[in-house]
Amino acid sequence: MGIKAAELLVHTLIEEGVEIIFGIPGGAVLEIFDAIYHHRDKLKFVLTRHEQGAAHEADGYARSTGKVGVCMATSGPGSTNLVTGLAAAMMDSSSVVAITGQVATPFIGRDAFQETDTTGVTMPITKHNFLAMSAEELPRIIKEAFYIARTGRRGPVLVDIPRDVSRTELDEDFPIPKEVSLRSYKVTLRGHPLMVKRAAEMIANCSKPTLYIGGGVIASGASDGVRELAERCNIPVVYTLMAKGAFPDNHPLCLGMGGMHGTVAANMALNTCDLLICIGARFDDRITGNPKEFAKVSKKIHIDIDPAEVGKNVKVDVPIVGDAKAVLQQLLENLQPKRHDSWLEQVMDWKRNYPLTYDRSSELLKPQYVVEVTAKLTNNSAIVVTDVGQNQMWAAQYYPCSRPRQFISSGGLGTMGFGFPASIGAQFGNPDKLVVAFVGDGGFQMTMYELATAVLHSLPIKVIIFNNFFLGMVKQWQDLFFGGRHSATMLHGNPDFVKVAEAFGAIGFRVQKPEELQPTLERALEVNDKPCIIDCWVDPNEHVYPMIPAGGTIKDLILPPQFRHKKQELLEQVAAAHAAAA
Amino acid sequence: MANERKDYELHTLSVLVENRPGVLARIAGLFRRRGFNIESLSVSTTDDPTVSRMTIVVGGDDATIEQITKQLNKLIDVIKVQDHTGEDVVERELSLIKVSCEPEQRSEILNLVTIFRASIVDVGANTMMIEITGTEDKINAMLELLRPYGILEVARTGKVILARGSKTT
Ligand SMILES: Cc1ncc(C[n+]2csc(CCOP(=O)(O)OP(=O)(O)O)c2C)c(N)n1
Repeated sequence: MGIKAAELLVHTLIEEGVEIIFGIPGGAVLEIFDAIYHHRDKLKFVLTRHEQGAAHEADGYARSTGKVGVCMATSGPGSTNLVTGLAAAMMDSSSVVAITGQVATPFIGRDAFQETDTTGVTMPITKHNFLAMSAEELPRIIKEAFYIARTGRRGPVLVDIPRDVSRTELDEDFPIPKEVSLRSYKVTLRGHPLMVKRAAEMIANCSKPTLYIGGGVIASGASDGVRELAERCNIPVVYTLMAKGAFPDNHPLCLGMGGMHGTVAANMALNTCDLLICIGARFDDRITGNPKEFAKVSKKIHIDIDPAEVGKNVKVDVPIVGDAKAVLQQLLENLQPKRHDSWLEQVMDWKRNYPLTYDRSSELLKPQYVVEVTAKLTNNSAIVVTDVGQNQMWAAQYYPCSRPRQFISSGGLGTMGFGFPASIGAQFGNPDKLVVAFVGDGGFQMTMYELATAVLHSLPIKVIIFNNFFLGMVKQWQDLFFGGRHSATMLHGNPDFVKVAEAFGAIGFRVQKPEELQPTLERALEVNDKPCIIDCWVDPNEHVYPMIPAGGTIKDLILPPQFRHKKQELLEQVAAAHAAAA
Repeated sequence: MANERKDYELHTLSVLVENRPGVLARIAGLFRRRGFNIESLSVSTTDDPTVSRMTIVVGGDDATIEQITKQLNKLIDVIKVQDHTGEDVVERELSLIKVSCEPEQRSEILNLVTIFRASIVDVGANTMMIEITGTEDKINAMLELLRPYGILEVARTGKVILARGSKTT
């Protein structure tokens, strides 16, 4: 009696600790699905309604748990439907393994039914991919795929398996390799001691330091290290969208998010500090605007596990390649407590005088208010998943987070349609936690079919729709930069989202006035066996502020209307800091 | 044009890769999507059948070359990348050159071939084919001298290099 490769594949997955797989079957993966059927007690399979949903669900599961998320699809259209999800996982360095079926090996390259060159298509959007041409190599490939996905700079890995390979019989005792050894893949964890020493000296000698932390802090589990460094040396902290939650929002040293829609305090600190300590971030253009002008007068330390990120967008003075957690530990061994009273005073002034703000007296339902009330009613402790657009920025600005993996959003790719399925993955990974998804009316419609999945599995996700009847973020750019010409941004023909919810067997609520919000949310929060859609009709003309337009500098900062008259004051402070440094 | 910039320089990278299907596509794809320019590329297996060597000549300023090296290193199938520019290496390229040649011109061309230590590998009624090995400059010089006769076809391999002495490439 032999064992089929498909069966061995499932054994390997279980050995890798996989508990759940998201996906859709098809001709090329039938053998694998049959093996999954036999192991359904150990391996849960979640049938999604579209493979894009499966990929985002695996991604949301991975981001919220720190484990590897797994999705599965058949050849051809199944695998091409995964593409957006893999690209999103790639841009945000998320540990996803995708397993796809392929036409049988004799048919490869002959345009067979449902043949797509899946490894070719996904080459630039995966960390690595494999085409398993024989059953014998399959267990090794699967082990390598998981190893690559969850080590170093994390990322998605795809394994393409021809149907005849999964059907091949191997010896019953065909071994699954215990260890992975890849001569061409080595990860540097500890930073170069000389560089660490230099960084420590710079920190000891600076007077206006700022920490700029990114998703790498969460991936490496370095939050405690960041906190220790910030507190010991009194360094204010700016985070990227990907690092929200890595440093508590309510911490006195936290300045909030930096970049395009970052806080005034964060962007002022970035642009006037004399030492920028970047950890696990990559100087993305949503943070830097014009990279030549960004943090122009500061010395820069860059700690990153990916050597290619160091020096890619911005020149740095001290590059440290290594794992954030390990390097922070090394750095802390070299650092004495330190104070920067006048700098902190300055930073606190910005924090106090330029808080995030909106018109609280409006009779219209303000989206920021929706986030604030949700945060209050959920004790700031829900897992918050966002879609892309204004909803994403308001959630990032107004929902205070305090733990890593609490805030999940498609940053690098900015994938509309990510939020809702990612929240499903997060809820599967965290059955005991409350999961809230903030989505726009545009983006929700891209993947709302996943309501079927959420209802089937009784997931009590709270989906809060910012229904502004527009592709809001694009409308905002049209308002600001295109004379208010709303070319193709009004969402004529939106469905009735309450009825949509009901049609799928979820619960729908509608909120049209500010006073309806709290009681409705309270009712929704009591539901624990079904998804709830809370359709909030928010002010369609609200904009996200502050804003530094794409490619701009702090000089181009657009403040909220409440502070617009104070911009000159800020620019003078920037000019003074630059002059002092020169 | 990038190559008119003053800090633009050609670099010769020696890249050891896993000898697996698709590796060339990964490398070519990387160059294409990141906007790097390949001037020449040669690929062959090494004495270890599981390892191939690619010798890639690329142009760019220092920062670009650094990015190329790092991005190549990031590919899982890449084992080692070394930039040998300015180092003590032997570099060679092979070229086949077909020139038009009337019978009475044969001895002239033969003289050139001797000077360049090249060899004649085919003689037709009105053609000659020359095989020459050497540095890029040497081959270019030979081509210039042959041009007046009428060059009919040229095939050049990319450059290959090895470090001199006991140093590895
Ligand atoms: C898949 C995809 N298509 C298009 C875009 C471009 N885009 C960015 S934000 C946005 C508008 C989003 O509108 P909506 O989902 O209603 O959210 P809002 O901004 O109103 O909160 C669009 C179209 C995108 N990011 N992703």
